[in-house]
Amino acid sequence: MIGLETHIELKTKSKMFCACSADYSGREPNTHVCPVCLGLPGTLPIPNKTAIEWCIKIALSLNCNVSNISKFDRKNYFYPDLPKGYQISQYDEPFGLAGWIQLKDKRIRIRRVHMEEDTAKLTHQFGTQNSKLKTQNFSLIDFNRSGVPLVEIVTEPDFENAGEVTEYLQKLQQIVRYLDVSNADMEKGDMRLEPNISLAVSEQGLAVGNKSQQPKAKSQLPPYKVEVKNINSFRFVAKAIEEEIVRQSEILDKGETPLQETRGWDENKNTTVSQRTKEEAHDYRYFPEPDIPPIRFADSQISNIKSQIPELPDSKRERFVREYAIPVYDAEILVRERSDADYFEQTVKDGKKHNLTPKQVANYIINKKPNIEKTVPAELVELILVTQETKELDKEELEHAIELVLEENPKAVEDYKKGKTQVLGFLIGKVRTLLPPNSSSEGIRELIEQSLK
Amino acid sequence: MKLNELTIKEAVEGLKGKKFSSVEITQACLDQIEKHNSEINAFIAVNEHALDEARRADEIRESDSNSPLLGVPIALKDIYMTKGLRTTAASKVLENYIPQYDATVVRKLKDAGAVILGKLNHDAWAHGASGENSDFGPTKNPWNTDYVPGGSSSGSAAAVALNMTIAASGTDTGGSIRQPASFTNTVGLKPTYGLVSRYGIIAMASSLDSIGHLTKTVEDCAIYLNVTAGNDPMDATITKNRIPNYLEDLNKGVGGIKIGMPKEYLGSGLDPRIKENIEKVIKKFGELGAEMVEISLPHTEYGLACYYIIQPAEVSSNLARYDGIRYGYDRSYFGDEAVRRIILGTFTLSSGYYEAYYKKAMQVRTLIRQDFEKAFEKVDAIISPVSPTPPWKLGEKVDDPLKMYLSDAYTVIANLAGIPGLAVPSGFIQHQTFGAGFIGDLPRSDRGLPTGFQILGPQFSEKLLFRIGHAFEQTQERRICEI
Repeated sequence: MIGLETHIELKTKSKMFCACSADYSGREPNTHVCPVCLGLPGTLPIPNKTAIEWCIKIALSLNCNVSNISKFDRKNYFYPDLPKGYQISQYDEPFGLAGWIQLKDKRIRIRRVHMEEDTAKLTHQFGTQNSKLKTQNFSLIDFNRSGVPLVEIVTEPDFENAGEVTEYLQKLQQIVRYLDVSNADMEKGDMRLEPNISLAVSEQGLAVGNKSQQPKAKSQLPPYKVEVKNINSFRFVAKAIEEEIVRQSEILDKGETPLQETRGWDENKNTTVSQRTKEEAHDYRYFPEPDIPPIRFADSQISNIKSQIPELPDSKRERFVREYAIPVYDAEILVRERSDADYFEQTVKDGKKHNLTPKQVANYIINKKPNIEKTVPAELVELILVTQETKELDKEELEHAIELVLEENPKAVEDYKKGKTQVLGFLIGKVRTLLPPNSSSEGIRELIEQSLK
Repeated sequence: MKLNELTIKEAVEGLKGKKFSSVEITQACLDQIEKHNSEINAFIAVNEHALDEARRADEIRESDSNSPLLGVPIALKDIYMTKGLRTTAASKVLENYIPQYDATVVRKLKDAGAVILGKLNHDAWAHGASGENSDFGPTKNPWNTDYVPGGSSSGSAAAVALNMTIAASGTDTGGSIRQPASFTNTVGLKPTYGLVSRYGIIAMASSLDSIGHLTKTVEDCAIYLNVTAGNDPMDATITKNRIPNYLEDLNKGVGGIKIGMPKEYLGSGLDPRIKENIEKVIKKFGELGAEMVEISLPHTEYGLACYYIIQPAEVSSNLARYDGIRYGYDRSYFGDEAVRRIILGTFTLSSGYYEAYYKKAMQVRTLIRQDFEKAFEKVDAIISPVSPTPPWKLGEKVDDPLKMYLSDAYTVIANLAGIPGLAVPSGFIQHQTFGAGFIGDLPRSDRGLPTGFQILGPQFSEKLLFRIGHAFEQTQERRICEI
């Protein structure tokens, strides 16, 4: 059983609770800071309206319920990257509840979507030569990231394998990029993943192992949970999950129960490493953030946010198939990026006057991958038309060429008839030498096969 | 009259009429501080630029006739952030902390032309009711230095009472302005929650903290609020309401005003001398033409318990940032009272206890608020004692925190309900140790110790409170404290 917590950093202009710029990527450390995001004495948070609207946009896009009243809470814990000693987050009244993402074969339920602030960034220096001629370990804190808006999306434990997790993540990434609320770039840390993995073994095995009482858990839920942190790519999340499944299976096969713990993904060792066990688990002492009054939304405000949500990849894909009669496979590729999809539609529109079919446009975009920033749709139509011209082979000319090749290569024809179908490629090559350059090989194979019957 | 004994109103008028300069008033205050601070310990630090600021105020007087406090010396409780001026919270943890910015209220006061005399002592982190929790030593009551001046705004009260300053800022989380005001014969306002910005004032318990001030008269209190009240983009809990002129109704009297007297407030635990005093106050209001009505605030008895759950919970979270990593000293420098509240609050917020303590307390808080809503359907305002006892002797309660907490019984209610409270002096009472035969023997004994009462009103009813307080004040004689 796998559940996933995903943090998505929003690309708002300013931070979550102050006016500092949230665009910290590549900036000199501690230059995007003020008394508020440094947590200096006496400071107070002012919530960022855009960030809240974007969080609700994400929640609505993930089919969540968005209630008319919500609030912020304080999550109290001590860590040097958290200057106030608490993180402003949401506890029991998140902006979004009970949504879902549809995968190909199943639906992953979303438990909650909530808003919080990012922490500062710690860099640990080991054994660095100090000016006082001493080798020391020390840590540097960069507060540029402190207070950048973060949206956390938590799923139910609905995944069964790494493949489903990857599919979910790709979908989620597509959605937030469509909404234009985050770059969702894993490497830059705009999107951070924390899978929770535990294995449910056979009924009998579970009965023996199920010692701890989990109040809200279904009877099937295993009595432990392993959370994996420090994952910065989709590839590693799949690897980490696979590694964990193997590791936990081995423990369970010995008749033991894996420890409830937090593990970190070690990129170099290609494995997970224990970081913190249950005994050290935090009690976050949540309570309502007194510095921010509860937030109320009128239905009209929520529907207004809803109306700003663009067509999302799933419905766009369905519409493309329906409206343009292109294969699902093509549509799926075209809708991966909103800009590609828009480009496709514009090119179809421009190509209509020239009798270009949507399928022709789709083929060209998918196979030739034109640079959509440099080639405007009208130009692309021209390009496609040029290729189409060369493609339109005279059928008679083609039949004549095939006839010629078959006559000149009786041995190959004999081999083919004996069942050596691989000679077909040889014959196609021969035919192509007789045709004008640039012509498409489409239809040649079929025609040769027909002639050989 | 000495210049340091002036009220804000008198100072502003005199400055405008060029009877004296800001430098002269400021110097008079500094002289008084110099003369008495070693004994009273009201100031933690004096602003060495105060005279420069006064000089500047005098210089710009020609071109600036609008700034309401131009050249008036005031002093700030030392939990108000002052850019470049050390701010300690009266705790060793921040002994050497120099703020990077001014609190919104400090900025407003400076913009209004006020001269900052210095930073005032108080119970560390505003935790206390006597001033004795300061890491920089206790403040003494200038009316009798064997006695506490009340707390936590102890230095503010003592400095105003002894005319070391014209007015002083304070904070009131459970009575920390009103109680010291009533112990020192000064006027103290706890404004409506959300009326005065909390930005830049070290948080004690964020949902209860009210930013107010102590003055020599009710009128001064209104003048000061005219400067500090109102919208601040840095505080999300501040009202967007238009702010009235608080002096508007000052002289309208109390004729026809309905004043409630909660019967629960005269019950057990109230010192008979305080009871006698408040009865005199009630009688006086009757004479002034107010209609006195007995009312009930049935959940009063739960106020203190409720307060001592919510307040330490928020304290435990608010003090988490003082870890000594980025600034200040580490946690071992916290005093006993701060540690006590951190532990209490951490406990009540812990998983498994949250529902039984914090959540329940928040529900009681709602009931208390509803008590007042119902009461204010019947009456315009409510009067009550401020403290159940007169000032006590230094050291008398330091080893008994519970006894100390009980002195907040009448004040915490206003903080829980978010309503305003104005403490007004109502005379002097004799303290226990002076039997009839001793009064003449002791130099200060004939003065007795000050006491006051409070006027509570609906949210944002400060204008009415000033009107009622001013009417009463006119019947009293102003006494100058001398040592």
